[in-house]
Amino acid sequence: MDGLTSWWDFVSNRGDQVLTTVLETLTYVVTVTVAAGAVAITLGVVTRHRPFARDLSLAIASVFLTIPSLALFTIFIPLVGLGFAPSFIALFLYAILPILRNTTTGLAAVEPSVLESARGMGLTPTQVLLKVQLPLAWPVILAGVRVSALLTVGISAIATLVAGGGVGDFIKSGLARLPLPNSLESIWTGVILSLALALTIDIVLRGLGRLTARQPTRTV
Amino acid sequence: MTTAQIELRHVSKTYEGVEEPAVKDLSLSVEPGEILVLVGPSGCGKSTTLRLINRMIEPSEGTIVYEGEDVTTVDPNKLRRRIGYVIQQVGLFPHRTIAENIATVPELLKWPKAKVAERIDELLELVGMDPEVYRDRYPSELSGGQAQRVGVARALGADPDVLLMDEPFGAIDPITRDRLQNEFLRLQSTLRKTIVFVTHDIDEAVKMGDRIAILREGSQIAQLDKPEVILAEPADEFVENFLGSGAILKSLTLKRVRDIDLDPLVVLRDPVHRGQALTALAESGSGYAVLVDRDNRPVCWINERSLNSSSELAKAGREISVQLQPEDTLQDALSAMLQSSSGHAVVVDGTGRYQGCCTIESLAHFVVGMGNGGTSLETTGRSA
Ligand SMILES: Nc1ncnc2c1ncn2[C@@H]1O[C@H](COP(=O)(O)OP(=O)(O)OP(=O)(O)O)[C@@H](O)[C@H]1O
Ligand SMILES: [Mg+2]
Repeated sequence: MDGLTSWWDFVSNRGDQVLTTVLETLTYVVTVTVAAGAVAITLGVVTRHRPFARDLSLAIASVFLTIPSLALFTIFIPLVGLGFAPSFIALFLYAILPILRNTTTGLAAVEPSVLESARGMGLTPTQVLLKVQLPLAWPVILAGVRVSALLTVGISAIATLVAGGGVGDFIKSGLARLPLPNSLESIWTGVILSLALALTIDIVLRGLGRLTARQPTRTV
Repeated sequence: MTTAQIELRHVSKTYEGVEEPAVKDLSLSVEPGEILVLVGPSGCGKSTTLRLINRMIEPSEGTIVYEGEDVTTVDPNKLRRRIGYVIQQVGLFPHRTIAENIATVPELLKWPKAKVAERIDELLELVGMDPEVYRDRYPSELSGGQAQRVGVARALGADPDVLLMDEPFGAIDPITRDRLQNEFLRLQSTLRKTIVFVTHDIDEAVKMGDRIAILREGSQIAQLDKPEVILAEPADEFVENFLGSGAILKSLTLKRVRDIDLDPLVVLRDPVHRGQALTALAESGSGYAVLVDRDNRPVCWINERSLNSSSELAKAGREISVQLQPEDTLQDALSAMLQSSSGHAVVVDGTGRYQGCCTIESLAHFVVGMGNGGTSLETTGRSA
């Protein structure tokens, strides 16, 4: 009980910092997810009839995910300096794979007979893509977007190490001051904010999925 | 002679990486309003031929002419909007309602909304589905037969003159298939579309086709003719083998009861004079007479035993289990005869009045005549 009250004191005395760091993390999530989504979906669409290019891009995107995060955040510092930029690049590279993989899976899962009849009725390739393939793959693509967004919330905590801000600031400063007073409270604040953000984003994106899914959820 | 609706001129198709062409120098013309069936063993190139017509695949050589216009180089998407296309797996769009599926081509052609909505209901009714019930459903909420009906409705969306159908009823259980075939033939008798219909089932070909092209490897035409001609005079051994042993039985589905001479048999009416009836029965040699009521409707079979029985004649006779109508096929007649206690099948007109009987002799006479390339179609008078 003691811990909880002292944590609450800690947070309520730092309302401004909480707001700033949450906004910084949210900025990462939104920009990274949008950028990675745009790139990965485009890549998935462009390579949908080119198995070699598709497998190659999937392989490259997988490689990014195997690089330790601390390394990926730091290798771009010589190029772009400290702060938002290196963190954004690292997070962006991580976020590509889930969306790309789900885009290619979703597009490939569209029944050949559906494509055959779409083409047979005189839909142009672009119309087939926009009216048939993407709508049918959309639930799967959106699931990939959600995974990327959650991944970004989690990994963006590292941005603080390259002066990139975000709720990771609380964790870093807490760790640096251990075992001084308020150090544990600070760490807890970072962790809880991170979890709360992830939960909120998950709920929002699930809701978005439900709103945009048109076909009945039951399977044939 | 009218101009052909579709004409393939010396069309060949060789798939990439395959030595032998799937379609080899095929020339074929489809007349307006006919159902031309392409039938042949698996892999002989039926689907390839069909997909060449709407340019789902491009010919390696040759010309495709559509209503007198060379369409080998026009925009294939525009061409396909003028040609309905139905495939075995139907391929309805799972994320769109039935109405939206049917509206696909009208929307591509930018029809006004009201006209599209009207067309959707019209087509659903045409294929026997209540628009109120099915309009807003999704394809996953349909049975296989219903999905195929919607597939046909969707292909008819913008009222194309031509329908291409690739084994449309191939994945459907036999009973439903039979029903869909009948429905489709009924539809076609009013729509009069030009239809190219692919199947590997010779029975379906005989049933559906105005003309049948029997294809062999490389989409080579082994024989192209009316079904009755192919059945009676197969061009060669390949066709004969493909028809199988039941060719005569198949030909029975092509002819109607009205096409054969009915046997009037002996007709009895109340009050029956027993003595006269016995004599007439003995003279006719068929062993059975038909008892009819005052309106000339058949009541029951009468044989010598029922005439000699002490009870009322209508009760002593044997039940007439099946009655045929002039529109029924000879195959129906054959099965009715096999079920009948007398070995004959009663034929009545639309109002139930007695027309005569189908007998094994009349059927045999007809089949023999068919083998000789001709049939006698005059009908004899009714009961004596
Ligand atoms: N895309 C393709 N690439 C290469 N070869 C193909 C292709 N499509 C079909 N073929 C070959 O062309 C030949 C004709 O195929 P097609 O599908 O037209 O046959 P079909 O008569 O429709 O057979 P089925 O009754 O089995 O449907 C076959 O030997 C087949 O293997
Ligand atoms: Mg085929």
